[in-house]
Amino acid sequence: MHGTEAEQAKMNEDRRWRLVNRTMRLHGHQPDALIETLHAVQEAFGFLELDALKYVAEALHLPLSLVYGVATFYHFFTLKPPGEHTCVVCLGTACYIAGSSNMLKAIDKEVGIKPGDTTPDGKLSLLTARCMGSCGLAPAVVFDGAVHGKMSSTSVLENIRRLLNHDD
Amino acid sequence: MTIEELQDIGRIEKEKQEGFKHRIHVCVAAGCLSCQSGLVKEALEKEVGRRGLESWVLVKGVGCLGLCTAGPMVAVEPNKILYQGVAVSDASDIVEALGGPSVSRLDCSNQVPFFTRQQKIVLENCGLIDPESIEEYISETGYEALFNALRMMNPTGVIEQISKSGLRGRGGAGFPTGLKWTTVSKTKGNVKFVVCNADEGDPGAFMDRSVLESDPHRVLEGMAIAGYAVGAHYGFIYVRAEYPLAVKRIRTAIARAERLGLLGHNIFNTTFSFDVTVRLGAGAFVCGEETALIASIEGRRGSPRPRPPFPAELGLWGSPTLINNVETFANVPPIIRKGGAWFAGIGTEKSKGTKVFALAGQVNNTGLIEAPMGTTLREIVFDIGGGIKHGRKFKAIQTGGPSGGCIPEQFLDMSMDYESLAKVGSIMGSGGLIVMDETSCMVDVAKFFIEFCMSESCGKCVPCRVGTVQIYNVLRRITEGDGKPSDIALLEELCDLVKNTSLCGLGQTSPNPVLSTIHYFMDEYKAHIEDKVCPAGTCHINHTEKSQ
Repeated sequence: MHGTEAEQAKMNEDRRWRLVNRTMRLHGHQPDALIETLHAVQEAFGFLELDALKYVAEALHLPLSLVYGVATFYHFFTLKPPGEHTCVVCLGTACYIAGSSNMLKAIDKEVGIKPGDTTPDGKLSLLTARCMGSCGLAPAVVFDGAVHGKMSSTSVLENIRRLLNHDD
Repeated sequence: MTIEELQDIGRIEKEKQEGFKHRIHVCVAAGCLSCQSGLVKEALEKEVGRRGLESWVLVKGVGCLGLCTAGPMVAVEPNKILYQGVAVSDASDIVEALGGPSVSRLDCSNQVPFFTRQQKIVLENCGLIDPESIEEYISETGYEALFNALRMMNPTGVIEQISKSGLRGRGGAGFPTGLKWTTVSKTKGNVKFVVCNADEGDPGAFMDRSVLESDPHRVLEGMAIAGYAVGAHYGFIYVRAEYPLAVKRIRTAIARAERLGLLGHNIFNTTFSFDVTVRLGAGAFVCGEETALIASIEGRRGSPRPRPPFPAELGLWGSPTLINNVETFANVPPIIRKGGAWFAGIGTEKSKGTKVFALAGQVNNTGLIEAPMGTTLREIVFDIGGGIKHGRKFKAIQTGGPSGGCIPEQFLDMSMDYESLAKVGSIMGSGGLIVMDETSCMVDVAKFFIEFCMSESCGKCVPCRVGTVQIYNVLRRITEGDGKPSDIALLEELCDLVKNTSLCGLGQTSPNPVLSTIHYFMDEYKAHIEDKVCPAGTCHINHTEKSQ
C-alpha cells in the first residue's frame, strides 16, 4: 500500500493522524479522496496546517499546488488556527434582513474583532456563514457548534461575554 | 428480502407503534433542536419513566413538524394535539394531560391555514416517523416503490411513469426529469452514476436539509429507483458540510438500508445492485452547478466547464451521470407507487405536483411548507404564512435565492410555477422564499445578493469574476449616497453583459436580483441617487455629498 511507512511515522507522532490515514485508506489513496481527507484533517486539528497539506499531497500523490488550491477554494476550510471559542454569525438572506449585520457591528464595537479575526488572547474567533438553513429562526448565531436562534445584538454580546469570562 | 418480509417489518413496526396508547412526537430537526428540543425530549422521557408509563406512552423524535418559528414543536398522537414553544418545564403538564384536555397554554391549532392549505407528497412522513428508524419508514409503505420497480417493471417502464408524471427538476431550472433519465439510460457506458445534489447553497433555503433530516430513506429509495432506470450501480450524495445533522442521518440511513439488503447487492433477489456513498461539500455555492459538483466529487476545485457535453453523456470520471436534486428524488417513490398519472393530476398544466418551500423573512409563520404548483403568492404569504410580522406592509418576496428576483405586490396573485416566475424576471430556484416588508431596502437587498455572487464566483470566467465586482461597487456607491444619475444605465449595461457572457448558471443569473429591483423598485434607486435618502432607513447614507 502507498505511503505506509510515512503513515506509520505520522501515526506515532500524533494519534489524531489515525483518522486522516483511515480516510485516505478508505478511498484507496485515490486523488478524489482529497476533499474528504482535508475534512478529516480539519476535524482532527481544527484547521489545515501547511505541514498537513504537504503530508496529504505526498500520500495522495498530488502536487502541493493542487492541494493548496483546493484548500483555499472552499470556504469551509480554514488555514488559520481557530480561537478557543467560535462565534459564527449567519449572513444568509433571512438573517441579513433580520439585522445580522448589526450584530457584527456590535461585536466589533465590544470585542474589537471583525469576521475572520481571532481575539489577541486566542479566546474567540468570529466567523460568518452563508446560511445554515435555520432561516425560520433568523437571525441565527452558532456558538461553539450550537445554533442559537432569534438573536439580537444584546443577546449575542451576552453570550460572548459568558464565553470570554467563563474560563477566568 | 421478499415483499412479504418487507411487509412483515412494516406490520410489526405498525403494531408496535399502535400498542402505545399515546405517542408523543418531538421535532428533532435542526430548527427545533436549536431551541433545545433535545432536552424537551429527554424531559418527557424522564417524566414518562417517573410515572411508570413506559408501556403506555412512547416518546420519539420525529422530523420537521413545519412551523419552525414556534419551536420546539411537540405533537401528541393519536389525538392530533399540537403544542408549540414547549419548554423542559412543560414536560410534566404534557404527560399529565394525556388522554384528557390538552395543555391550553401550549396549544397550537392544526386547523389554521398554515396546516390545512398544504398538500404533502415529499413531506408526507415529516413529523410522523423517526428519521433514524428504517422500520418506521417501511411501515409507511417505504421501499415498496423500489420493489415494484425492480420486480414488476422494466427500466423503460419506470422512465415512462416518470415522464408521464411531468416531474421537473426541483433544483431550480425545472428540466423535465423523464427526459434527463431517458438521455442517461440511452447513453452507452459500462459504468454509470447517479448523483444526488444536496449542496443547498442558496441563502434562505432549507428544504433539502429538512428532507434529509426528516425522511432520508425516501431520497435513498428514489436514487435506487433512478439507478435501476438508467442502469447505474453507484450513487453519490453530495451534501453540504454545513449540515452535520443531515450528514449523520443520511449516513445512518445508508447503513440501515445496507443491513436489510435494500441497498447493496441483489436487492429484492434481483440482479440489481446499488451502493450509495456520501460526499461532503466544503462551502462553495458554485458546486450546486452540475459540472462544478462533478469536479468537487472528483476531489478538485469546484470550477464549472462549458456544456455540452452534458453530464448525462460525460459526467463523473467521464461516465454518463444522472444528477438530480434531493426533492426530485424524494418525489420518485410516490410516483412509482401511485403512478405517473396521479402525479400529473396535481399542479398546473406545465408544472406538475407540489413544491416544498422554505418560508422565511418578515412573515408570521416561518417554516417548511409544501403546496401544489399553481398556488398563488398571496395564498403562500397571507394564508399559509399568516401575513407580515408586526402588521407591517408587504413589499416584496424574493424567490430563487441569489439567482432569482424580487417580486413586488402587484404580482401577488400570480400562480407559483416555473413559467409564471420566469415571466416576471425571477426563477423557482430550489424553493427559498424570503418575504420583505417596508423595513427592507431593495437596493441594499440587491447589493447583498451581488456581494454573495461576487464572493462565490469561482473565478474561471471573466464576466462573472470581474463583472460582479463592478456591479457591487456601483451598488455600494449608491447605498452610501454617492450614486450618480448615470449609474442606473451603467448597472443595466453591466448586468446585461454578465448575464449573456458568463460560463455557468451562477454568473448568468447573478444579475437577476439587481435587474428585478431596478425594474420594480426604480423609485428606491432614485431616492438613493437623487434625494440621497434610503426610504427604508437601512442604508447609512453619506450626507456630506448632498450639502455641497
